[in-house]
Amino acid sequence: MSTWQPSELQRERIAYRRGRARRSTLIAVASSVVLLALVAIGIGSTPGWPRVRETFFDVHRGWEALPVVAQGLWLNIRVMLSCAVLIVIFGMTLAIMRTLRGPIFFPLRVFAAAYTDIFRGLPLLLVIFLLGFGVPALQLRGLPNQAVIWGGAALVLTYSSYVAEVFRAGIESVHPSQRAAARSLGLTYRQTLRFVVLPQAVRRVLPPLLNDFVSLQKDSGLIAVLGVIDAIRAAQLETAEDFNFTPYVVAGLLFVALTIPLTRLTDYVARRQGWYGGGGGLV
Amino acid sequence: MRTRAVVGLAVLAVVGLGACAPEDNSSSGSSTPSGADACAKDKLAVKTAGALTVGTDKPAYEPWFSNNDPSNGKGYESAVTYAVAKKLGFEQAEVKWKTVQFNTAFAPGPKTFDLDVNQVSISEDRRKAVDFSSGYYDVRQTVITTAGSKIANAKSVAELVDAKLGAQVGTTSYTALRDQVKPKQTPAVFDTNDLAVQALKNKQIDGIVVDLPTAFYMTAAQLDNGKIVGQLPSTGTTEQFGFVLEKGSKLTGCVTQAVDALKSDGTLANLQKQYLTQSGAPELS
Repeated sequence: MSTWQPSELQRERIAYRRGRARRSTLIAVASSVVLLALVAIGIGSTPGWPRVRETFFDVHRGWEALPVVAQGLWLNIRVMLSCAVLIVIFGMTLAIMRTLRGPIFFPLRVFAAAYTDIFRGLPLLLVIFLLGFGVPALQLRGLPNQAVIWGGAALVLTYSSYVAEVFRAGIESVHPSQRAAARSLGLTYRQTLRFVVLPQAVRRVLPPLLNDFVSLQKDSGLIAVLGVIDAIRAAQLETAEDFNFTPYVVAGLLFVALTIPLTRLTDYVARRQGWYGGGGGLV
Repeated sequence: MRTRAVVGLAVLAVVGLGACAPEDNSSSGSSTPSGADACAKDKLAVKTAGALTVGTDKPAYEPWFSNNDPSNGKGYESAVTYAVAKKLGFEQAEVKWKTVQFNTAFAPGPKTFDLDVNQVSISEDRRKAVDFSSGYYDVRQTVITTAGSKIANAKSVAELVDAKLGAQVGTTSYTALRDQVKPKQTPAVFDTNDLAVQALKNKQIDGIVVDLPTAFYMTAAQLDNGKIVGQLPSTGTTEQFGFVLEKGSKLTGCVTQAVDALKSDGTLANLQKQYLTQSGAPELS
């Protein structure tokens, strides 16, 4: 029993394929390098570039501003995470309300529809001002006064309406035959929703959900209008000292550094759960 | 064939970048003009010939401007601007006002105004980005509050440490709050002074740090029970408001000359008497 060896022809084929793959990689690298070099030369040779470089990309200034901006970002992160939990709960509740069947649930369906219509349309800034300055102005005892809490509430109200629509799209995209099959197996409406419809629906809408989450991450900075200091506001304060805009760039880099790993993670989780994108399979 | 197209595209892109690159006007201004005729009206390098374009933010606040209209000559900064324009030889009708947000006044790139007047404090760090005229007003930072708040009777800076204080973003009031008061709670920072006043009315903050004239205006006109706690101690160097000009502007020297002349002939002092209340704010120890 001799060990199997690929034939001469097969080895040639493999070598040829490897060669082609190497060649492709080299061409891709070279073309990227050339393009980047051309762009760098193009921008670098403009007369205003030195001024732009020292105003936006001053490494020393950025390093100086980093601790302050990072401290601001910590507020963004806390607001974002605590709001995200509430938003998912409210959004899901609204979506389920809106997809309930039967005449008895008519008021719930109308409420969910009206809520989404209103809060999707209202500018977030207005909601923040209404809650952040309006509610404390009522001077009611026992209600919190902190800007962060009311700003967070405004984010939850607005974003729940976005997320509710995303979930609803997911729920309605599950094929009716799935529900029919579940009911014919003897599952109740609730069980069908819980074990058949929602798992598929959520898996399908993970990418757009992440969109809303990233968007929330940036919009969490809007509560700065109530007086709290987030990453962008911290950058603005730093910029006012010497009119150098590098701190803003630092804040931007920090936001991007948060977003990219998150995107990869959700893609990975979705794939683990058997989501293959629009194709529905490997083929 | 495809390669050629790609290379062609790349070349086009770079040429395009070069084509939309502006001409470099390497002006090295800031030099002191020699003699008075260097500042004659027809020799001034203004944006629009025969007009002086002045930028300021909207809304324009009391007591620096009146009725949110910089062109009526009322309010301290409006009056000073017209006095400077007159020194440079521009009639009242030749001064053109332009809305320029505080932040865009010092963004890099060419400016749309000849000078900008917006209660901008002169500092060495800021000089790296823009030119300043000499100062037309000496600023004192002041703490205001409402009657009955926990800092209403404070006599020293040390008594403000535990309070929640606010200031407008990007102002030296915020810097003074941060560096002089050193509060234990993070300061509240607002886009405009109006929002800070709103938060003070809501009791979301205990006090606001603003410049003295604004403090008088807020406590008199914007708050029902406003109270000036006192002025922060001066820190050796006098803080001053100055006109903002483009970095390296050829006008800087002439505007500075005009401001200095108005200072020495007493015009500034008179306008301050007319528009800015100067007394009645205690000093904090």
